[in-house]
Amino acid sequence: MSAWILFLTVFIACAVEAVEALTIVLAAGTSRSWTCALQGTAAAVGVLAATVAALGPAIGLIPLSALRLVIGALLLVFGLQWLRKAVLRGSGYKALHDEAEAYQKEVAAARAAERGGRGIITDWYAFTLSFKGVFLEGLEVVFIVVTFGNNQGDVPMAVLGAVTAVLLVAGVGAAVRVPLARVPENTLKFAVGTMLTSFGIFWSAEGTGVSWPGSDAALLGLVPAVALLALVYTVLLRRTGGPANPVIKADAASVEGSAQ
Amino acid sequence: MKWLRSFALFWYDFIVGDDWRVAVGVAVTLAVTAGLAHSGVNAWWLLPVAVAALLGASLWRVVAASRRQHQE
Repeated sequence: MSAWILFLTVFIACAVEAVEALTIVLAAGTSRSWTCALQGTAAAVGVLAATVAALGPAIGLIPLSALRLVIGALLLVFGLQWLRKAVLRGSGYKALHDEAEAYQKEVAAARAAERGGRGIITDWYAFTLSFKGVFLEGLEVVFIVVTFGNNQGDVPMAVLGAVTAVLLVAGVGAAVRVPLARVPENTLKFAVGTMLTSFGIFWSAEGTGVSWPGSDAALLGLVPAVALLALVYTVLLRRTGGPANPVIKADAASVEGSAQ
Repeated sequence: MKWLRSFALFWYDFIVGDDWRVAVGVAVTLAVTAGLAHSGVNAWWLLPVAVAALLGASLWRVVAASRRQHQE
């Protein structure tokens, strides 16, 4: 895999998560306290950076075949979650992610919450809301940076992709001060799910000891094949007549789940 | 103890997510692929086929659950 594909995959994944984190930080900042929202953001970014700094070199010590098997398997399971949700969104079985709606909900909850702080944190709610939002969205990025970076032996390039995406989204967010609802998040999530699943298949299979026909070039067939499979499933699910309700209740079908 | 349980649940939800059967299916397929590879069979095709089947089955369970919900 070229360094540019590594950069692009991490960049897209990180941009999607950064847009979601930005919505939460904006809600905390505009409805409560910008100082505390930014303090929470800085604290979360610091913890995430420390996690990459600790995990990156530690995982790099594992032998490559074992690394590819274990990390590839984790990446595959993780990627299938993204792809499954992308197909469910595309076919109407799960609500599309709407940043404007998410922002309104966060603002309403923030305004209803009690005020109060501790030490230099004058508004604990704004701090924790920002911290949790950035940390939880960022954890997925850390996972992708560490797995992709180590498997390719190029953690710095993966970090560069993540940092570029965060700076771009933060810059645009600071300029417009509204949720980035026009970013085609659902399409990007479909692309990220496809990449995570494809590379998960490739690396974990290599880790078991098999050789791909054409070696690394097999990815050129694998990525479009996974994308096509997901598109076919989306079309097939649409043809089932759609869900009984526009969005299935989370407790009825376990459609809702983790952050992505 | 409660904190440890929450921590474990968080990571379970983070990695495995909504459908544990997919994770188990991936693990079993990788074990079979490794077994075949050590027997001299280069079964590179097995995992892509299994992934297609696992994803399809997982999506079908959502469709079936939706239909059951509609009938109730």
